[in-house]
Amino acid sequence: MQFTVASSPHLTPATSVSAVMLKLLLALLPGVAVYALLFGWGILLNLVIGCLSALVIEALFLFWRNRPVKKHLGDYTAIVTAVLLVLALPPLTPWWLITLGVFFALSLGKHVYGGLGYNPFNPAMVGYVIVLISFPTELSFWPGQLGLFGDFSLVDTLQYSLFGSLGEQTLDGISSATVLAAIDNGFSQGLTLAEIQQQAAFGLLGSAGFEWIALAYLAGGLWLIQQKVIRWQIPAAIIATVTLLSAVLWLVDSSQYASPLVHLLSGAVILGAFFIATDPVSASTTRKGRLWFGAGIGVLIVVIRSWGGYPDGVAFAVLLMNIAVPMIDYYTQPRVYGHSK
Amino acid sequence: MADVSYGKITQDGLWDNNAGFVQLLGLCPLLAVSGTVVNALGMALATTLVLVLSSTVIAAIRNTVPDEIRIPVFVMVIAAFVTITQLLIQAFAFPLYQTLGLFIALITTNCAIIARAEAFAARNDILRSATDGLMMGLGFALVLLTMGSVREIIGNGSWFADANLLFGEAARDWGVNFSEYYRGLLVAALPPGAFIVLGLLIAVKNVVDGRLKKRADKRSALATAA
Repeated sequence: MQFTVASSPHLTPATSVSAVMLKLLLALLPGVAVYALLFGWGILLNLVIGCLSALVIEALFLFWRNRPVKKHLGDYTAIVTAVLLVLALPPLTPWWLITLGVFFALSLGKHVYGGLGYNPFNPAMVGYVIVLISFPTELSFWPGQLGLFGDFSLVDTLQYSLFGSLGEQTLDGISSATVLAAIDNGFSQGLTLAEIQQQAAFGLLGSAGFEWIALAYLAGGLWLIQQKVIRWQIPAAIIATVTLLSAVLWLVDSSQYASPLVHLLSGAVILGAFFIATDPVSASTTRKGRLWFGAGIGVLIVVIRSWGGYPDGVAFAVLLMNIAVPMIDYYTQPRVYGHSK
Repeated sequence: MADVSYGKITQDGLWDNNAGFVQLLGLCPLLAVSGTVVNALGMALATTLVLVLSSTVIAAIRNTVPDEIRIPVFVMVIAAFVTITQLLIQAFAFPLYQTLGLFIALITTNCAIIARAEAFAARNDILRSATDGLMMGLGFALVLLTMGSVREIIGNGSWFADANLLFGEAARDWGVNFSEYYRGLLVAALPPGAFIVLGLLIAVKNVVDGRLKKRADKRSALATAA
């Protein structure tokens, strides 16, 4: 058997930022495809608006900070930030809200700290949380499954996004309470889970429609792990903690707490676990630290969902754990070979 | 100890050693009451008043107070003036008293005031201490008003709204409302906005300071070259 021996250097080239980001975007494709198929044109339009805004805003900031514009625009990080932000927003969102979110993500989330690689917080989540706090009405308007080929056409979507008009449709006609919002409201009104289940669009597994999107994200996420773009620790820790904690609560009182399956397959748990919390800059970097980081996010998600004021808590959980990252990294430094601890 | 010049006291208080931007003292009222310009102005007036009066009195009694118990004595003096201020606001601007609420009483624990008492008034004569109190107070007021303006304009789309809280019914329409279409970016009016705006303002001050220093360096380099 003959082996080809290449000349040195024998090290494989380190993966570039742009290659990693492209793979990330590729892994999101199945989720986005299912999203669009079930919920209509909104998400596609939002992605276009988000990416265009990201390119323009990122270019302006780079120019203002005297950084090479073309080089940094080409690493796709701004695009990834915008895409993750848009995926967190409802599919029918006014264009200015998306642009504003992207602006805050890139300015307060990234460039104030010195740009890519220096941000302590996940930029997409910074942008999302700021618009979530500022525009609660828009962000709690989730349409039902409009479908890509349904009554709500691309023109209708454009009209809503650009001018905020719904044409012949009514807000109540197309909106549908998300499962998490229904649970949040229902429990505070003293309803039991069984009663809530009759009101909101529960699906086969979690919330109708979103369960399939979550499964598509899961597939993309697993591919990312296989491609070694992300490590398994953070997603595994998040999913395990959410499952465990919600299972305990559910077993204690299944009329007041949602089942683990509902928790995992509604809202942003899967998207957050694989795509948001694994941000290489703002997440923990040690092996053990990643487990702690993920576990903390998982606990916070369940706590915020069960007892907090907001229906979903993935963004807050990620940001809160971002604060803890320096401490986690400090206490989980691996032992240096040849040295005792 | 050589006496500090009045010019330096003024410059320190307003800019170089600003209580809000540089020392980062008194952040609790600064962050909590800077949601609107009127609230900020009320707080600024109250704090400045307390600062001037307490600095003056503390400088006057500085030689008779035993060193070991000076801080409790200072706090007593400050608390007395805070109580007076609180009663004044309650008497003449009751609506403002209701909005500022607890934060007026909390001026007592404002570290900007106790820090000036300890660091300046306890070591300098009466007139200098009074000037220092005034300048520090004005510096703090500057920060409060800037934050109040930025947060109110971004958060509510108005400026100086509800002036009647402070100046009585005649002032009800003093405020400016920029656009009825602007709904306000709520986050700026909420607590997180206070932290973000303060951070950005400090950044702006540092940029200005950097530019000034560069210009001064260039000038001194030119002077030595000539």
